[in-house]
Amino acid sequence: MTDTIDLSMVDWSRAQFALTAIYHWLFVPLTLGLSFIVAIMETIWVKTGNPEWKKITKFWMTLFGINFAIGVATGIILEFQFGTNWSNYSWFVGDIFGAPLAIEGIMAFFLESTFIAVMFFGWNKVSKGFHLTASWLTAIGANLSALWILVANAWMQYPTGMKFNPDNARNEMANFWDVLFSPVAVNKFLHTISSGYVTAAVFVIGISAWFLLKNRNVDSAKRSILVGAIFGLITAIFLVITGDGSAYNMAQKQPMKLAAMEGLYKGTSPNGLIVFGIHSGDKKVEDGTGGINVKLEIPRLLSLLGYRNGNAFVPGIEDILKGGFKPEFQNVPPLEVDKAFSAEEKIARGKLAIAALGDYKRARQTGDIAATNKADSSLKVNFPYFGYGYLNSPDSIIPNVPLTFYSFRIMVYLGGFFILLFIFTLYYARKQTLETKRWFLWLLLWSIPLVYIAGQAGWIVTEVGRQPWVIQDLLPTVAAVSMIDATSVQITFWLFAVLFTALLIAEVMIMTRQIKIGPKDGGTN
Amino acid sequence: MNFFKKIFLFYYDGFRSMTVGKKLWIVILIKLFIIFIILRLIFFPNFLKSKFSGDKERGDYVREQLIKRK
Repeated sequence: MTDTIDLSMVDWSRAQFALTAIYHWLFVPLTLGLSFIVAIMETIWVKTGNPEWKKITKFWMTLFGINFAIGVATGIILEFQFGTNWSNYSWFVGDIFGAPLAIEGIMAFFLESTFIAVMFFGWNKVSKGFHLTASWLTAIGANLSALWILVANAWMQYPTGMKFNPDNARNEMANFWDVLFSPVAVNKFLHTISSGYVTAAVFVIGISAWFLLKNRNVDSAKRSILVGAIFGLITAIFLVITGDGSAYNMAQKQPMKLAAMEGLYKGTSPNGLIVFGIHSGDKKVEDGTGGINVKLEIPRLLSLLGYRNGNAFVPGIEDILKGGFKPEFQNVPPLEVDKAFSAEEKIARGKLAIAALGDYKRARQTGDIAATNKADSSLKVNFPYFGYGYLNSPDSIIPNVPLTFYSFRIMVYLGGFFILLFIFTLYYARKQTLETKRWFLWLLLWSIPLVYIAGQAGWIVTEVGRQPWVIQDLLPTVAAVSMIDATSVQITFWLFAVLFTALLIAEVMIMTRQIKIGPKDGGTN
Repeated sequence: MNFFKKIFLFYYDGFRSMTVGKKLWIVILIKLFIIFIILRLIFFPNFLKSKFSGDKERGDYVREQLIKRK
C-alpha cells in the first residue's frame, strides 16, 4: 500500500513558506547592517567627542530599533511551519537542525536582547565605553543569530557531517564542525550578511539623500552618507567575492542550480557566462533549441568561475539528466567519481534505497540479522540518491529555469549598480557637489526599494534553483510534507499575508514618521 | 543598592522614558499574541507531537511515510 500525497498540499506549503521567508527577509538585512553602521558612528563619536556624531548615532539607532522590533519573531513562524506542514522533514533532520537553532536561541538572542537594552536605555547611565561595547555586541549578536539559521539552510543545500539512522529514520549529527564549517555554510553566511550590509548602506545613503533634497539636517546627512557609502563600497566588494564563492560551491554541490541559473541546457568545454540573455520561456528538454534566444556572453568565464579552470566542461541541464560525463570535482558520491549517473539511474538507486529502508525495518522486526545487514548495506550504498526515489521522471529534477535565470541576473545587475552608486556618491561627496546633483539624490533615494529587490532575487536563486529538493538529493518536497489537509494551509497562508502586510505597513509608517522628525539633540528612545 | 535592584531600575526607567518605543511595544505585544497564542495554538500544532506520544512512535510513523510515500 502506498500513501499518495495531495500535490496542492505541497504547493500551498511551499507558497506559505516562501511568503513567510520573503517577508522575514524584508526585516533581517537592515538589522544586520544597520547595527554595524550605528556601532561605527558611535565609535566616531567616542573617538572625536563631536556631539553631532552622537545625534546621528541616536537617529540611526532609533530606525534600527523600529526595524528590529517589528521584525523580531517573524522568523519563528518558519519553525512553526516545519512542525506542522513539514513534519517528515523536521523528523528527518531533527538532530542536525536542533543544535544550531538551540545555540541561536540561547547565545545570540540573549546576547542581542541584553545589549540592545543597554544601547537604548543606557545613554547617560553607563560609561561611553560600556555603551559602545554594547552597541558592537548587539551588532555581533544579530549577525551570530543569522549564522546559525544560515548554517541550517546551508546543510539543506549541502548535507554533510551526519549519518542516517534507519532505526528511527533520522539523520544524526556525526561531526558538528563539518556542519558548521562546511564550505557552503561559511560562504552562505558571509554572502548573506554582506548583502545585509549593502542593504543598510543603501538605506542610510538613500534616507540621507532625502534630507539633502529637503535641505534639512544637511550636516548630519552628509556625515551619514560618507559612513554609508564607505561601508557600502567595502561590503559590496566583499559581496562580489563571496558571490563568486557561491558559484564555485554551486558548481561542485548543486550543478543543476548552476545550469538553471545560466540557462545552460547543453554544456560545452569551455563555457562562457551569459551577461545578458533572453530565455525562450517555452523551452523543452531535448527540443533542439538552446533555450536562450538572444545572448551576450563572455567566453570561458563560466568555466573559470565555476571550476577555476578556463577550459573546464560545465554540464548543462540535459547533460545532468543524461549523465555519462566525468565530474570535474572529486566530492561527488563514490560511485560517480569516474562517470556521472543519469537522472534515471539516480531515480532507480533512490528507489533501491527506499526499498532497503523497508527491508531493514522488516528484517529488524523478524530478527533476521543477515537480512538486516544486507538491507543496511544497500541503504548505505544508495543513500546519496535517497530522495530521487520519490521522483517519477528525470525532468522532475529541473527547477524553474526562467525564474532562476532572471532572478540571478537581477541580483547581479543590481549588485553592480550599487557598487557604482557608492563610488559616485563618494566621488561627488569628495568634490562637495553632492547637494547640487538632485537627480543623483533622487536616484539614491529610489535605490532603497531596489536593494530589497536584489536581496529577494538572491534568495529566489538559492531556493527556487534547488527545487525539487528540501534537502539536496535526499528529500524532495513531495516526501517532506505532512499528511494534512491543504485547506488549513491555505487559511494560514492568507492569515500570514494579512499579518505580515500589517507589520510592514506599521514599520513603514512608524519609520517614515521618525525619519521626518530627523536627527535631533538628545535623540529618541 | 543591590545589583538586581539596579538592573530593575535600569529597565524601569528606560521603559518609562520611551516615546517611539511605546508604540513599538504595542506592535510587538500584539504581534507576539497573534504569533504565539492564535497561530501557534490554533493553526500550528506540531503534527507529530499531536499524533504520537513518544519518539519511537514518531520515528516509526515517519519511516513508514518515507517507505510508502509516492
